[in-house]
Amino acid sequence: MEVRVDRDRCAGSGLCVSYAPEVFDQSEDDGKVLLKEPLPGTGAAGAVRAMAARCPTGAITVHGHGHAHGHGHGEPAAPREPSEAV
Amino acid sequence: MSYDAEPIPLHTRRARFDPAGELRRLSAQGPVTRVSLAPGPGDRPLWLVTGYQEVRQVLGDQARFSTGRRFGPRTPAGGHDGHRPDDGIGLLMDYDPPEHTRLRRMLTPEFTVRRMRRLQPRIEALVTECLDTMERAGPPADLVELFASAIPGPVLCELIGVPRDDRGDFLRRCHAHLGTGRGRQERTAAGSAFTRYLAALVARQRKDPDHGFLGTLVRDHGPEFTDKELRGICVLLMLAGLDNISGMLGLGALALLENPGQLAVVRDDPEAMDRAVEELLRYLSVPHAPTPRTAVEDVTLGGKLIRAGETLVCSIPMANRDPALIAEPDRLDVTREPVPHVAFGHGIHHCLGAALARMELRIAYTALLRRFPALRLATPAEDVVFRVRSTAYGVERLPVAW
Ligand code: HEM
Ligand code: HEM
Repeated sequence: MEVRVDRDRCAGSGLCVSYAPEVFDQSEDDGKVLLKEPLPGTGAAGAVRAMAARCPTGAITVHGHGHAHGHGHGEPAAPREPSEAV
Repeated sequence: MSYDAEPIPLHTRRARFDPAGELRRLSAQGPVTRVSLAPGPGDRPLWLVTGYQEVRQVLGDQARFSTGRRFGPRTPAGGHDGHRPDDGIGLLMDYDPPEHTRLRRMLTPEFTVRRMRRLQPRIEALVTECLDTMERAGPPADLVELFASAIPGPVLCELIGVPRDDRGDFLRRCHAHLGTGRGRQERTAAGSAFTRYLAALVARQRKDPDHGFLGTLVRDHGPEFTDKELRGICVLLMLAGLDNISGMLGLGALALLENPGQLAVVRDDPEAMDRAVEELLRYLSVPHAPTPRTAVEDVTLGGKLIRAGETLVCSIPMANRDPALIAEPDRLDVTREPVPHVAFGHGIHHCLGAALARMELRIAYTALLRRFPALRLATPAEDVVFRVRSTAYGVERLPVAW
């Protein structure tokens, strides 16, 4: 799985940093997302997909091996957003 | 007509924890409906958006749905009914890009999760003080007066740097401005007084910046902010963080007390609290609606043609109870996997204080349940009075014992 972040979209909510600190960080300079680990292991996959779905500006996307709007067991609802399709 | 006799606007009506039946009936007709929010002279029909996807679409598309357009060319930002245009300078949610981007870019670094964690010990101390007072008062005590409404003000003063000695008067005025059922004159006077106070605070920090929130802004970005912008940002932070937090604390306590099984889960397992906070934010949806949006061009939304210039109001409680977001939306379940609810909005205006709010709620609920493990309602549940006439839903009073 590959994670990408769009720093222009990011509103700095810090949600991703709180829930998946091994993958995301928050810049001291502009408060926006920093990607620490663009290729997280399978262990982090669930948390990363959940963050892609919960990001308040759609700034996080997941590519390869399944989709941001996944359908795995126990994942949160990941509503589809027509204007922000991955 | 006295204030109390005025009809309660449609989008703010509730039935205890749920959106009102009339809102549900409307949304059964479709995710976007044309309504009058408060039928009467002067009220104009507008679009009420109740579907989760449609609310995300509106809030996520600032190019077509503007928050600034509702003000005429003479009032570039701000100018609520009853507000002078000047009062609106710096009120972030009323700005569109590129001005919104300019201001928000300077503010975001001050509200990171890490920055907010620095406030944690202060918030814990403030919460402890409130609980001490409540314990001394003895049961039955009003949880709203001594806890839910007592916490957010001092926390915001801590954030923006209002000295302890000034807080009493200052917060009385903030509450008086938001206080419903007060006359217009009293609200204006209170609003003007706290605005003047904040202007003076900004002037002091300009001269001699400290290491707090305002001092840092002035040192890092001094020339990029006007004094009125800085003042407006402080006004907004104070007013945006009071009713929302007090509503969440009071209603959240009531919701847990009415669901003892769920209360036990969060009381006995500190790890469970983060999820519980997300679920309470979703289920309670205390802000009725974000800033109204104005369509910039003709656009089709939820099958309806919205004309350029028309107003849209998004219902946060309805969006967060949409089965498109979550299964069994009307059930409170604090153990749920968090979902992308819209209690903090969505898109560029997503709540600047979200990290602070989440931390504050977590600290306060945890401390309350730890201090009073046997907390219970001291009044029949049917007698609880809900707070309906305010920017955020809540309870007016909550008598409890322990
Ligand atoms: C549980 C508590 C809170 C809730 C539910 C909440 C909810 C919201 C919502 C829905 C918006 C979006 C408004 C829109 O799109 O027009 C918003 C914006 C905002 N909130 Fe909060 N809020 C909370 C607490 C706070 C606190 C504690 C602060 C201050 C420290 C704060 C500061 C702001 C600011 C400055 C904005 C405007 C952001 C912008 O326009 O860019 N909020 N909030
Ligand atoms: C972020 C900043 C502010 C917020 C969120 C805010 C919020 C509100 C709200 C919710 C109302 C009630 C509106 C209604 O009943 O329909 C109101 C009314 C009022 N506000 Fe503010 N206010 C803000 C700043 C100010 C300032 C700086 C002043 C300056 C003096 C002010 C003066 C008034 C007055 C006079 C009213 C009464 C309007 C009426 O009853 O028609 N407000 N405000």
